[in-house]
Parts: sequence; C-alpha cells; structure tokens
Amino acid sequence: MTEAANSSHADPVIEVTDLVTHYGNTEILHGVSLTVDPGEIMVIMGGSGSGKSTLLRHLLALERPTSGSIRLLGRELTQMSEFELYALSRKMGVAFQGGALFSSMTVGENVMLPLREHTDLDEGTMEIMMRLKLEIVKLAGFENLMPSELSGGMVKRAAFARALIMDPALLFCDEPSAGLDPVVSSGLDELILRLRDALRMTIVVVTHELDSAFRIADRIAVLDRGELLALGSVDEVRNHGNPRIQNLLNRRFEEEELDPEEYLARLTGTAKEPTR
Amino acid sequence: MQHSLTEKGGDLVVSLQGDVDLDSSPAVRELLLRCVGRGATVFVDLSNVSYIDSSGVASFVEAFQIARRNGTAFALVSVSPAARRVLELARLDKVFTIHESLPGGSDDGA
Repeated sequence: MTEAANSSHADPVIEVTDLVTHYGNTEILHGVSLTVDPGEIMVIMGGSGSGKSTLLRHLLALERPTSGSIRLLGRELTQMSEFELYALSRKMGVAFQGGALFSSMTVGENVMLPLREHTDLDEGTMEIMMRLKLEIVKLAGFENLMPSELSGGMVKRAAFARALIMDPALLFCDEPSAGLDPVVSSGLDELILRLRDALRMTIVVVTHELDSAFRIADRIAVLDRGELLALGSVDEVRNHGNPRIQNLLNRRFEEEELDPEEYLARLTGTAKEPTR
Repeated sequence: MQHSLTEKGGDLVVSLQGDVDLDSSPAVRELLLRCVGRGATVFVDLSNVSYIDSSGVASFVEAFQIARRNGTAFALVSVSPAARRVLELARLDKVFTIHESLPGGSDDGA
C-alpha cells in the first residue's frame, strides 16, 4: 500500500453510507457502505449483476439512491443541484467502458472537450495538454483521427486521455481492461499506478478482471447481488473465508438455491414482483 | 500560487511558489512568454512548487519551444519532488534542461 493510501487521518475522498437503491420494485443495492481514502486505488469487483456498475452510476450522480448517503470530496452528492454537480465534475474524470467518444469529433477534440467546457485556457495550452495526455496513453500522433478509425483498445485509451485531461483529483475507470489484449491491459494498469504515485490521484476502478484488480488495488470492495461482501487489502480478500467470494475469485459459477413453488410461479407468470 | 521575477547577470529567474494549476497557470504562461520574448536566458525555479498540473507543464513546453526558436536558453531549476514526479510521468524530464541549482551555484548539475 502506498504512503498516501496509509494516511488514514485524512478525510475520505468518497464516503458511501447505507446506500439502498431500486430499479422499479427491485432492490439492487442493499445498504452498501464504504470509504475511499485520498491517494488510494479502490477496486470495486463483482460478477455480472453484482451491483458494481449501479454503484458506480450513483458515485457519478447519474442516478439517485432510494436512501443512504454519498459524500464526494466532502460534499453530499445526493442533495446537490445540477449546478453544484457541474462544478464538482471539474474535479472528476471518468473513463467509461465503451469510451463514449463523440463520433463527429476527432480524437484530439474529444480529449480537449472537458477543457473547453470548464476552462478559458489558451488554445495552444489546451493542445499541448491534449498531446501530453495522448503521449501518456500511448496514442501520440492520433489526435487528428476520428474515433471510427481507432481500434477498440485505442478508443478506450483515448477515453482515458479525456478522463485525465483536467488532472482530476478523483478518477473513475469502468472496466478499463475489458476487451484489451494483455499487453495493452497491463500498460493501462501500470498507468493507473503511476497516476496514483505521481499525482496522488484517488482512483476508483470497477472491474471483473481479477489479475488487474490484484495488480493495482490498494483495497478491494467485493460486491455480490447488491451486497458488500468484503472490503480489504488484496491479501485480505484473497484469503477471505466467504464461499461466495471464493467462488468469484475461482471463477466458479454458483447455482442459486431453488424454491420449487417460486420457480413454478415465475414460469406461470403468477409470481409477485421481486422485492427484497 | 505566488511568483517572483528577478534578474541575475542578465538572466531572468522566475520563481514559482505553491500550486500551479488550471486557475493559476494562465498567469504563469503569460509571465514565461513575456520572459522568453525578451531574448534572455530564463530559469524557472520550482523549489517551492507544491503541485503542478498539466496546464502548468504545458506552459513550460510552450515557453521552451519559443526559447529554442529564438536561440535562447530556458531551464528548470531546483525542481521540487512534486513537480519532478509530474515531469517524469510525462517524460518531460528527458526534454527540459534541468539544473539542480541556479548556474553559478556550487552544486550546479544538469
């Protein structure tokens, strides 16, 4: 763990308390609580349907919870106005899983977009910053290409450059390694570590890639079916006694327990809507 | 962020102090471009820089490029650990001339 990550006396950058959220009548997150310390890489891990992407969407204020609290950089996110959220977004970078680049803009314009939205920097300064970030993600010289001319891995790296362009205090990465070849994936992991060490950036990575999680995490939060099963160091999670965690780590599919009555009701369309 | 400008034997020494970030870097850029525009050798003292972001680094790149075009020297001096980490991340420690202390000092080194 890094020196920065050890500085437990500092206020958390993220503080989630008893977060509950529903999609319709279905409860998706069942009272999740966790903190992320300054300069820490927190990996949120879980399989499909674990709730990790839902948690990320709440941390990005893309969704409002049913109940609970989310404090980001000392401010209560769930009660912020649109204007306050906009101001906060200046301090946050997000690398979305699919890249989310604008197809009508060049790679360079995409990367510079947050600067245009949030600053009045000189055009020359913005262009040098954009090229610096493209250098860092190994896309030097690609600024004039359109996103459609890039491979999937390159789109992902361009999105990473855009997430970094404002040197955010807090960086969110959604499945940064998914779909990348091992060399590129390892390079992105290395970059995440260097960003933490060089800029003391606080980084939240959502992933289901175990190798990547173990390589970069200061701490790991394991989510399963909307519950936080574990929160601890890589070793603590690896050696955790919970069989659901071990199933996840060993990539074992867990058969859900079957209630014959409920199963029949589901098949015949007579089941109650799911609640929890 | 605070800055000062002093002359030393015809050279210009820009000393930066505090955080060089999106809010303060436009002023730093303006100062550096004005200095390199005077055709003098420019030293930028970073010993008291606690944080620098890429907008600050970009202003160094721009000033350095203009100085090269003008045939004058532009160097960073006494780079604080925080600034050095950022320069190394962008591999700009390989691009800029960096002195441990102001030339003329006893422990000067590139």
